Amino acid sequence: MNSIQHTQPQALDATQILQREADLHEAVALALESARKQGADQVEAAASLDAGLSLTCRLGEVESLEHHRDMGLGITVYFQGRKGNASTADLSARAIRECVQKACDIARLTEADPCNGLPEAEWLADTPRELDSWHPLNASMEQLIERTLACEQAGLAADPAIRNSEGASFSSHQGISVLGNSLGFTGTSRGSRHSLSCVLIAEDDHGGMQRDYWYDTSRNADMLEAAEAIGRRAAERTTRRLGARTLATCQAPVLFTPEMTRGLLRQLVGALSGGNLYRKTSFLCDSLGQPLFPNFVQIHEQPFLPGALGSGWFDNEGVATRERAIIDQGQVAGYVLSSYSARKLGMESTGNAGGTHNLTLDPGEASPEALLQQMGTGLLLTETIGHGINLITGDYSQGAAGFWVENGQIAYPVEEITIAGNLREMFASVQAIGNDVDARASTRCPSLLLGPMTIAGQG
Amino acid sequence: MTEHTLLSQAQQCLLEPAELQLDHLRQNIARMMQHQADDADLYFQHSVHESFVLEDGIVKEGHYHVDQGVGARVVHGEKTGFAYSDELSLPALQQAADAARSISRQGQDIQLKTPVMARGHQLYGSDNPITSMDTADKVAWLRKLDGWLREQNPAIHQVVLSLAASHQTILIANAEGMQVADIRPMVRFNVQVVVERDGRREAGRGGGGGRYDLQRLMNGDLPWTFCRQALDQALLNLEAQEAPAGPMTVVLGPGWPGVLLHEAIGHGLEGDFNRKGVSAFANRMGEAVASSACTVVDDGTLAERRGSLNVDDEGTPTQQTVLIENGVLKNYLFDRQNARLMKQQSTGNGRRESYAHPVLPRMTNTYMLPGEYAPEEIIASVKDGLYAANFGGGQVDITSGKFVFSASEAWRIRDGKLCEPVKGATLIGDGPSVLQRVSMVGNNLELDAGVGVCGKDGQSVPVGVGQPTLKVDELTVGGTRAGG
Repeated sequence: MNSIQHTQPQALDATQILQREADLHEAVALALESARKQGADQVEAAASLDAGLSLTCRLGEVESLEHHRDMGLGITVYFQGRKGNASTADLSARAIRECVQKACDIARLTEADPCNGLPEAEWLADTPRELDSWHPLNASMEQLIERTLACEQAGLAADPAIRNSEGASFSSHQGISVLGNSLGFTGTSRGSRHSLSCVLIAEDDHGGMQRDYWYDTSRNADMLEAAEAIGRRAAERTTRRLGARTLATCQAPVLFTPEMTRGLLRQLVGALSGGNLYRKTSFLCDSLGQPLFPNFVQIHEQPFLPGALGSGWFDNEGVATRERAIIDQGQVAGYVLSSYSARKLGMESTGNAGGTHNLTLDPGEASPEALLQQMGTGLLLTETIGHGINLITGDYSQGAAGFWVENGQIAYPVEEITIAGNLREMFASVQAIGNDVDARASTRCPSLLLGPMTIAGQG
Repeated sequence: MTEHTLLSQAQQCLLEPAELQLDHLRQNIARMMQHQADDADLYFQHSVHESFVLEDGIVKEGHYHVDQGVGARVVHGEKTGFAYSDELSLPALQQAADAARSISRQGQDIQLKTPVMARGHQLYGSDNPITSMDTADKVAWLRKLDGWLREQNPAIHQVVLSLAASHQTILIANAEGMQVADIRPMVRFNVQVVVERDGRREAGRGGGGGRYDLQRLMNGDLPWTFCRQALDQALLNLEAQEAPAGPMTVVLGPGWPGVLLHEAIGHGLEGDFNRKGVSAFANRMGEAVASSACTVVDDGTLAERRGSLNVDDEGTPTQQTVLIENGVLKNYLFDRQNARLMKQQSTGNGRRESYAHPVLPRMTNTYMLPGEYAPEEIIASVKDGLYAANFGGGQVDITSGKFVFSASEAWRIRDGKLCEPVKGATLIGDGPSVLQRVSMVGNNLELDAGVGVCGKDGQSVPVGVGQPTLKVDELTVGGTRAGG
């Protein structure tokens, strides 16, 4: 049995973090003041503190226990369009002054860019919102260990083919960050994030091994899926991969599971992001108002969803986030811009410095089973590996694994294949959207049925 | 530089400002070992990173980052307790040590070990590369290269250049009384070129560096070569046709395409995966896992290489480890914990991203030794296939053994000759069997230019790869053109 020795009844003490919030405000204020004394005409500072733990249990024993605590301050200064940036993990007054000095030194050596600078004052957020993002862990270490062991145990016991494990892990993080700038903006965000995952190994009688996993993530640890259910789901996902084979090279429709759809949306956001647009390293340059998907596709940002993982009332520059469409009736309705990239494009910031906020692909009517029926014969894609996506051309080529589907039924697992196409054609080929939204990340999306792609395999 | 000077430099950087002494380290390690642990260590680190970016013809951004902290680790059998602090002080050290030891059972007092100063290699200098060149000169270099590159071809639409340097000081103390320091420089130059012609756009990338200073990096031919390569790659891809889909003979160029070895076998031979029995290579020691033409090593002792280390992050001197000899699996890569559990010695492969990350067995520089064929002979032997000269990244599922890597510069081979360029495509194969299909190994071993970053369990560390030209009789090419 495990006998973990510890001195604190609670696994993580959130009050300690909250007590440091005033220190973060002080650090930001000191950084702003020092930079102004150095002659910077604009300055932005962000300080953060994050504390967490991660616990892994493997084969019925606690395998590792890691305690995390990270602190940092980043400062950006502008001198007539010249920019310098420095950061430090040491928040002492001396270290902050040195950091400011370094940022100013760098700014003096760089060249002026008229697009540099803080956001325009009217873009800044001015309405703080309570977004239900702070649910510090309220459990003892014994309870966490018990829950994590139960997760793995349920997975190990679910099927005799499960013969090994990479363990179940519980991780918990809670942090505070403070952002301030010389236009008078100050914003504080507090957030917690907890997750429980399980990774299992199944083996067939010929020694062939497969690994898969399942997990849940939430702002509130009490809202996580039951530990045993996560373990059992991991076992089911792992054993169903046994006996996987490759496919003969062919063209066939591909059904992306919600987790795989998320990867596609990430590419969409990359191609619509300001940095790639103004550098012309995107296949979606000048695409505003152009059709990209069939007209039943709606993709939008929902920054104010209470308790959601991607909620926030201001972005990394203090710009107000907005509920807005990215794809409206299949057409490109918005780019993903920071202040800098917006100015480069002659537009306004969309509040996306640091990324999107609860990017959501609206679900359709079809259940996953109905989507299989609609696909008929094709590939159910459950995993991609590799980095074979070229955003300049949209060319897409990824390693893949999943299931071959015949007449709407799963026939057998497949692996060692690739799927290839072009993102523009893939987006236009969407046949149907599922009703099975996965909300375990900042991007929320259901299954997506695409038209034919090239599948390469041996044979 | 002697190990004594390194240790005193590290003490000056890490311990003295925090009013810490080596005795405090020993006392805390003794506390950590009180819980009947097998091993415990403290890892102090101070790192400074500086970078400049040129875009649109102007150096518009610079970054400077300082980080420091201490990681405390207690190992008890298969269990690890780990905590860190980014504050360097005696109370913070004690707090981290106490948190780390909560992994193991309550125990009794143990004897303080007599300190032993460990000895590492001297593979690189200890001077700070950030101050090896005036900041104004760094900016001037970037401008000069940008100006030159833009004159090379009217199709150039965008040039992004970056120059980065970092300097790390580490000090490690462990339960055996070992005290060792290392000072690690790193420099890197990167270029991305975007070209546009007839409405079609493509990018090319290049870059490199290593554990030396900026003068060395910028004053030779290297930056010009990297710029030229990036431009050539971009222009080539403007002409590229659809890549084929399906199994075919693939010839891999020398150098960076060695990412094949890193993905197909390197990760699968890391000690943790094999101790746990979760790697496709588990329990296969002594078996033929490659054709007899293949000998693959991991070598952390190459002077000034990106993946090299005087000592690994547990203080063990790095070494050359033969992974595969004439096709036969010879060794796994070990850190201390996995070596102890498998009754082996550490191979000097215990690495961590920083003080805030636990140690894992990781590769250093992984490459295949040269064979007997001239590269032209290898290409001439292929009737119909693909020649891949350069790659982006790769990835592997160590359990099923399936791996991918993505070509960024490739040509179709027909009747022994390089023909039309083809678009980037992902290649997929099976780690334990792909090297069995290597039928020809070139005599032209090259190491990569110093660009590799390896990710594992969310931790990134610098690595090197290399190989001579290789012919793989069959590999699945993931293009769009079926039956072509």
